[in-house]
Amino acid sequence: MAEQKVKKGKDVWSLVTLAVFALYAVFLIYPLFILLKQAVYVDGHFTMSAFKEFFSKSYNVNTIFNSLKVTITTTVISLAIGIPLAYFYQMYEIKGKSVLQVLVILCSMSAPFIGAYSWIVLLGRNGIISKFILKLTGIQIGSIYGFKGIVLVLSLQLFPLVFLYLCGALKNIDNSLLEASENMGCSGAKRFFKVVIPLCMPTIIAATLLVFMRAFADFGTPLLIGEGYRTFPVVIYDAYFAETGSNHTFGAAVSVIAIAITAVIFLIQRYINNRHRFTMNAMHSIERKEIHGVKAVLVNFYCWFVVFLSFLPQIYVIYSSFQKTSGKLFVKGYSLDSYKFAFSHLKKAIPNTFLIGLGALAFVIVLAILIAYLVVRRSNAANKVIDTISMIPYIIPGSVVGIALILAFNKKPIMLTGTATIMIIALIIRRIPYTIRSSVATLQQIPMSIEEAAISLGSSKLKTFFQITVPMMGNGIMSGAILSWVTIITELSTAIILYNLNTITLTLAVYTYVSRGNYGIAAAYATILTMSTIISLLVYMKATGNKEVAL
Amino acid sequence: MSVNIKIRDAVKKYGNNTIISDLSLDIKEGEFFTLLGPSGCGKTTLLRMIAGFNSIEGGDFYFSEKRINDMDPVKRNIGMVFQNYAIFPNMTVEKNVAFGLKNRKLPKEEIKAKTDQFLKLMKIEEYRDRMPERLSGGQQQRVALARALAITPDVLLMDEPLSNLDAKLRVEMRTVIKEIQNSIGITCVYVTHDQEEAMAVSDRIAVMNHGDIQQIGTPKILYQRPANLFVATFIGRTNVINAELKVKNGKTMLALPGYEVEMNNILKDEAKDRKVIASIRPEELVVNKDATEGIKATVDDAVFLGLNTHYFVHFENGEKAEIIQESLIDSIIEKGTEIYLGVKTEKINVFDEEGNKNLVEGVLNDYDVYRNGDK
Repeated sequence: MAEQKVKKGKDVWSLVTLAVFALYAVFLIYPLFILLKQAVYVDGHFTMSAFKEFFSKSYNVNTIFNSLKVTITTTVISLAIGIPLAYFYQMYEIKGKSVLQVLVILCSMSAPFIGAYSWIVLLGRNGIISKFILKLTGIQIGSIYGFKGIVLVLSLQLFPLVFLYLCGALKNIDNSLLEASENMGCSGAKRFFKVVIPLCMPTIIAATLLVFMRAFADFGTPLLIGEGYRTFPVVIYDAYFAETGSNHTFGAAVSVIAIAITAVIFLIQRYINNRHRFTMNAMHSIERKEIHGVKAVLVNFYCWFVVFLSFLPQIYVIYSSFQKTSGKLFVKGYSLDSYKFAFSHLKKAIPNTFLIGLGALAFVIVLAILIAYLVVRRSNAANKVIDTISMIPYIIPGSVVGIALILAFNKKPIMLTGTATIMIIALIIRRIPYTIRSSVATLQQIPMSIEEAAISLGSSKLKTFFQITVPMMGNGIMSGAILSWVTIITELSTAIILYNLNTITLTLAVYTYVSRGNYGIAAAYATILTMSTIISLLVYMKATGNKEVAL
Repeated sequence: MSVNIKIRDAVKKYGNNTIISDLSLDIKEGEFFTLLGPSGCGKTTLLRMIAGFNSIEGGDFYFSEKRINDMDPVKRNIGMVFQNYAIFPNMTVEKNVAFGLKNRKLPKEEIKAKTDQFLKLMKIEEYRDRMPERLSGGQQQRVALARALAITPDVLLMDEPLSNLDAKLRVEMRTVIKEIQNSIGITCVYVTHDQEEAMAVSDRIAVMNHGDIQQIGTPKILYQRPANLFVATFIGRTNVINAELKVKNGKTMLALPGYEVEMNNILKDEAKDRKVIASIRPEELVVNKDATEGIKATVDDAVFLGLNTHYFVHFENGEKAEIIQESLIDSIIEKGTEIYLGVKTEKINVFDEEGNKNLVEGVLNDYDVYRNGDK
């Protein structure tokens, strides 16, 4: 009897392992295999011609350097802005700190291309600020198109992620560590570099990778503000969807190269990370100090200035959504016409956003909890493989995920192209590595003895999982879920490849109208999207009583 | 319903690493039994094997006559108290205590009654609606105990339950634990690395080192007649002094540095000329200020601790020793004073050269029965 029970418990989780394997095989491994096949298989022959074609033209090879240049510059700037911001935010009483934090979160959650087009309007050739500066000082500010523009937009978009990551790490530093270092004569800036930064190193490395991957894979921004500064994702997109003849084999080959580059970066990060690994758990978190005088002014100015810069595009978008338009042009005066148009056209965009988003979110949460449990509590060979597979989407640019899915599911037996299902699958694949990571981290912090206590008190393994483990993971899952939710509804790079008129979402609607030059309508959709994000955040904060969102 | 626990030839391996090999043990019904040893000695591993949280690579475990090797932890009917208490942070005190009862699908009234009973017993009734994070360490400890006992387990297992408490609370809680165990009469297996704590609560103690049991006995036996040098040094404090046994005119003499004493409790077979290790506890050395005979020593330091005064001395050969004397009025011996030390020969222990065997009569080691293959 007793033995049967043990085996039964094992069976449940072995079945979960099998199911997870099957899902990954069908929806991730198989599409990637098809993609690889297309890159090297033409008319039934193995060939490396697409790769040769790519590397034979400096025009193509340059896009690698362009992408790397943009990505590295963006990453460095994001860290340089984000780390001090997080440090000030956690160490000192900043004026209006809760508003500041909500703004930072909102900045991190808007789609980068919205920032791109706002900055064009603000700082471009006929930009509002450019003209203002010209009038005031007679100075013509330089072009923001191309490299500079991409870096500007992406840095302002991505430093909030660094901020959120670092805030989490700083909260884990025990106040006594700082007091101890002060005691030993290390304080102020010296302590920041000698103690705080090294303590946050694992998180800084993680944030670096995240920013790197986002910047590398982003393609809305270079498309809008790049003006001929071609980066990798643009090349992939063009190969598949260019109006002048698409070349799928070439596109697949470029995708494979992109994955190879991100994989290398990922492995480097992993190697560095393994050498910096340690865990922290604060018994007494750092308490914010009051600051006065010049220091207070400087610190407050820095924090609010960078956040203002980052939030400026959104303010402008909201403002311009209320401007009167005539055709595609803004004219004097204000009206709600843009909203009227937005609500009467693409009626499906709003419900789609929520249906597809919530559908994906539900799957992401359930799968992430199950996988985290397998990885942490049932560590065996099979589950270690799952752990590794689950990280694959992390290194695959969104557009590549989209293309792989189209290639795999555009014919029977599984015909999914053009359905909401394929959008949901794509979003799950894109988002799940992050949620798994945060679930794993949460689960690792729950001592095994809590589960053992439940079992020794007669609770079955499954019951223990649902009654003890899942509720204890609750907070971690919730804060992960809200971020997943917002990234899901603002996702562009995968969705743009998979959508059609029936599955269009708000983000796609914004992009569609931006690319058509209908800025007023785009602004209206973008404002609706921003409002949805704000409401989601407020609901989350209200529901959990949690004032701070962690990544 | 208490049980006795029988363990035969237990083996625990992690990969190719053998943590415990061929360990046997009998714990009597209703006994308070402690596994004591330094960290890494395998005591917690053994406890978790009994609990069912560690796999068993060899041997047999019985609760009374029932073999439990392959029994699901859920079915073993054990109460367990963890080092970090493992209180469910998402449940109130009352729900924590009722958790095990609910899993048994008892009638509501019974759950309520039992929960109340143990909340009262552990004196935590007033906190019943509190969340665990708002409890002090001692209170959490009481919740953990109440929770473990509420299910009327056959065995209560405790894994260093007091190590997270401050010194004063530790002393208070160990009295509570002992009292509760006495009143319920449950078989209890307790793990600790604190020998004083072990002696305070236990009926019998198994001293472990490197995955092996060194000696099983009552606290008194372990302290007074340790089976080997490890036990002598681990239980209480002792001065380890290299010495020699000499048989002269039918008398067995122990040659300490500069001083010979007659021993009349050395095992007959062991009494011969040989190098030995003498284990002399600080209170077994007698300061003889006016004597001219004894171990000659110089006082390095004197520490007055109220009831007793500790003297730190060194012998002529440079070896150091500690002496405890009852404090007297006006009698602290100044630093630098030369003194002669007498020895309470009936109390001290003498080990063979390797420290593996006590040569003095009266050593009782309940573990010997398993060593001799007589199982």
